[in-house]
Amino acid sequence: MADVLDPYRPRASLIHRADPRVKVVVAVMSILITAALPLGAWPSYVLLLAAVLALSVAAQLGVGFTLKRGLIAVPFALAALPLVFSTPGDALASLRIGPLVLDASLAGVERFASVLAKSYISVQFAILLTATTRFTDMLAAMRALRVPRLLVVIFSLMWRYLFLFAHEAKTLRIARDSRSADVGPKSGGAVAWRARVTGGMVGNLFVRGYERSERVYQAMLARGYDGDIRTFPLKPLASSEYAALAGAVAILALLGLLGILFG
Amino acid sequence: MSGTAVGSSLAAMGRIAGGVGPTGGPQPMHIPDGFLSVPVSLVFWIVAIVVIGYALRRVSRELDERRVPLLAVLAAVIFAGQMLNFSVTGGTSGHLLGATLAAVLLGPWAAMVVMTAVVSIQALVFQDGGILVLGANLFNMAIVGVLVGYGVYQLVSRALGNRRWAVPVSGFVAAWLSIVVAALACALELALSGTSPANIAVPAMGGIHALIGIGEGLITAGALVFVLAARPDLVAPTAKATAGQKALWIGGAALAVVLAVLSPLASAHPDGLEWVAEQQGFLEAARDPLYSIIPDYVFPGISNEALATIVAGVVGTLVVAAVAYLVAQGVRRRATQQ
Repeated sequence: MADVLDPYRPRASLIHRADPRVKVVVAVMSILITAALPLGAWPSYVLLLAAVLALSVAAQLGVGFTLKRGLIAVPFALAALPLVFSTPGDALASLRIGPLVLDASLAGVERFASVLAKSYISVQFAILLTATTRFTDMLAAMRALRVPRLLVVIFSLMWRYLFLFAHEAKTLRIARDSRSADVGPKSGGAVAWRARVTGGMVGNLFVRGYERSERVYQAMLARGYDGDIRTFPLKPLASSEYAALAGAVAILALLGLLGILFG
Repeated sequence: MSGTAVGSSLAAMGRIAGGVGPTGGPQPMHIPDGFLSVPVSLVFWIVAIVVIGYALRRVSRELDERRVPLLAVLAAVIFAGQMLNFSVTGGTSGHLLGATLAAVLLGPWAAMVVMTAVVSIQALVFQDGGILVLGANLFNMAIVGVLVGYGVYQLVSRALGNRRWAVPVSGFVAAWLSIVVAALACALELALSGTSPANIAVPAMGGIHALIGIGEGLITAGALVFVLAARPDLVAPTAKATAGQKALWIGGAALAVVLAVLSPLASAHPDGLEWVAEQQGFLEAARDPLYSIIPDYVFPGISNEALATIVAGVVGTLVVAAVAYLVAQGVRRRATQQ
């Protein structure tokens, strides 16, 4: 179950073995640089995309891996679509909806395409990070990067029970579906009734979770839990790792600077 | 922004759930990276860190360590609960965000921590929402969603008194309003970033979520009725709200009113928001003088911008090809060594 849901893709690559702190910092910085690039900075977009692809090849994930998964954010692009018509510029085409005339401008199309490209590139950096870094390593990196302890402890416990409750939700769904024959669009009662049934399932899941957490707490107490979760601390970064981090940050800063200055 | 927007975590969940039903996303409210400007993202990060930091302090001070596993398990429950959906019509489906449910059952601060865990894991692991914009997503779903849900629930359930249907009705109203107000916050962030004009984003987001919110409201009400029947002690009624929390639920309700009033205003007068967005365009403006310092310089020796893109593409392709070649070499060498 965990294999299907867990986005981690085990490989024996250098990227997989790299320190999670370095990977988290570089990924966040890449996304920051991508967001800071001006609209229409196409050469910079292309170079960043090349960087993602080179990294995913180096991580032995193949060229298509991040490209395909990066499409996740595309539906949200609808939010930026009005830019095509609202940006002033030379009219490219006109759209007539009743009395409403919408003028699409070239500048608007470029703004829309830029938002889409930046989003697409950013998502790929995030995908690369999660595909090459185990969640437990990510947690250790978060802790090293000063994310509050309580939050990291909650993340780590939540991760443990995520798959379990996904499975319980799945069994609840199977139980519901096997009790309600699906014979057409009108089957299954009114929408409000269906929603209430779903609500009951969520409430059921909640009560199960509540009671399970009490048992989990008893079991943790029995094993000496005192409110703290102990993990092996990460080794201090080696000088070569510092060098790799500095190199990556320098390249990204250069890319960002070039993009902001020259497009 | 449509009701069928794909949420990756839910799509993944839908797949493991045996492909039952449409794999629609949660509330189409998880903003991806690239849709908010850097200044807007950073401002909302600061707000989120301050408020959630306060919530974390409150939670660790007021609650014993028993609550840590409770909060973690319930975060997993909310996450899994979001995959339970019901079909509405034409392939669209309704599901849960869970901010109001968590706020009613756990109180505002604990709910904020739970929703922070849910929204962060969705962004960090499943790319459901971006990383740079995580601050804004936390603000919308973990802060606004929880505070509005909590405030409105307290307000309505007080007004209704001890009637039998007080819990589901206040749950419905609170959940519906929390979704709509969170969506308005989302629309304002998009407008501030210059990604979507306010006069389109606000009515569109508000309108769509006025419909989606009905599903949220019905599920929340149904869940509260179930918990009330199975474990009435968990839905301790208004007694939970002590004097100190009074300010909180009034604040939550006020937040709802302010955003609800502000959004149509912004929508009717987009100039104000656009002015802010223009001010953020200072980076673009700052580029112009630099152009005059280094005239005609786009790429070394190339003055044409289209050509620069092509050169960047060629350079990029060469980089990828080189890495692919080196990796292939490395793999082959290791294979022959073995």
